[in-house]
Amino acid sequence: MAAVLPEDRADLLFHSYNGDGVTIQGPSLLVRKEFAGKFSASANYYIDEVSSASIDVITTASEYTEKRTQNSVGLDFLHDKWLLNVGFTSSQENDYSAETFSLGVSQDMFGDLTTISLGYSVGNDEVGRRGDENFSEPVQRQQYRIGLSQILTKNLLIGLSFETITDEGFLNNPYRSVRFLDGASGRGYSYETELYPRTRTSDAGAIRFRYFLPYRAAIHGEYRSYADSWDIKATAFELGYTHPLDNGWIFEANVRSYSQDRAGFFSDLFAFSRSQNFMARDKELSTFTSTTLGLGVSYDIVRSGWKFVDRGTISMSYDHILFDYEDFRDLRVQGVAPGEEPFFNFEADVIQVFLSFWF
Amino acid sequence: MRSAYLMRLIGIALLVAALTGCGGIEPWVKPYERDRIADPIMSFDRNPVSSSYMHHVYEAREGARGATGSSGGGCGCN
Repeated sequence: MAAVLPEDRADLLFHSYNGDGVTIQGPSLLVRKEFAGKFSASANYYIDEVSSASIDVITTASEYTEKRTQNSVGLDFLHDKWLLNVGFTSSQENDYSAETFSLGVSQDMFGDLTTISLGYSVGNDEVGRRGDENFSEPVQRQQYRIGLSQILTKNLLIGLSFETITDEGFLNNPYRSVRFLDGASGRGYSYETELYPRTRTSDAGAIRFRYFLPYRAAIHGEYRSYADSWDIKATAFELGYTHPLDNGWIFEANVRSYSQDRAGFFSDLFAFSRSQNFMARDKELSTFTSTTLGLGVSYDIVRSGWKFVDRGTISMSYDHILFDYEDFRDLRVQGVAPGEEPFFNFEADVIQVFLSFWF
Repeated sequence: MRSAYLMRLIGIALLVAALTGCGGIEPWVKPYERDRIADPIMSFDRNPVSSSYMHHVYEAREGARGATGSSGGGCGCN
């Protein structure tokens, strides 16, 4: 727990997400290296290759493919029991760009049993719209973080973290629509552009623990609570188990349960056109639950050094996520009265394969 | 309402900090007793490249955000 620089390490990850007609995959390369005894520099190159025919796309738009490239650099500086870090992240898509600066500081105290950390980030986004070169709207984001990590016993570690985020600007998704009852339409409803508030402030708090079992294995858990100025409230629970074997294998399993209440201005079906100042039919703002079952395994492919590599592992993980919506309806189902369609749900598979080297 | 919520959370953090060390209490887990805590399987973030990806997966599909334990920086996704 004493303040130390992060380990010198390189990770090459391939990620794949598949669910609701959406496929997103790509690599992520993260390299971190100490220098001059007091600094550690990191760089991350990350790509999302997106191919989307999601329910929103099928019902209100057309299929699309796009690519998001994210580059991050960071620098950590260790001084006595203080660890300072600065970072910059740039994310580019054909219709969205984002730049974020972050600052953080952490300090060990009380015999190195406690670590307190503070962080601040400011981000500037530029929202565009495919097929409309004149469309450009800014968003500014600020994040304030405080964290505490505490050794409670020889076997128990807990962590607390709190974060407030404020957004200001164009927070809509420029492609999404709301629907409203419309007797003049053959299907009984029509679509119009959704309209979000231009500000959002959220608070989130989490408590997590890791406990070392009487044999060499660990269980971990987390509870997270969330509320924001759009009236979304959410909680998430996670429990997991990590089981290493002496021959270099580590097995992991975890379950996660998430639930949220809808934003105040969300409705699956509005009574009439422009019936509210703010209107959304974005399923991420609806009432829903998601449940994840995850499995992971890693194996030491280099255990006792090879050339300049001290250690190397290959890891794989698979997460299966079920999203179950409670007020977002499946409009692919035709022939029923508006507002009588079944609620939407889908399952997603997330696969990660990565190589890690310590040097 | 939300401010009260945040203040309560910060209050809990300060209380834990106060209970765990203010006043110069001797560390009750000695440095030589921390081998289990130092085991890599006890790390809150053993594989940052993987955890930051999973945070991104959830953040893009769920309304909640923040307090994930990592330094974050926004996903820049819509």
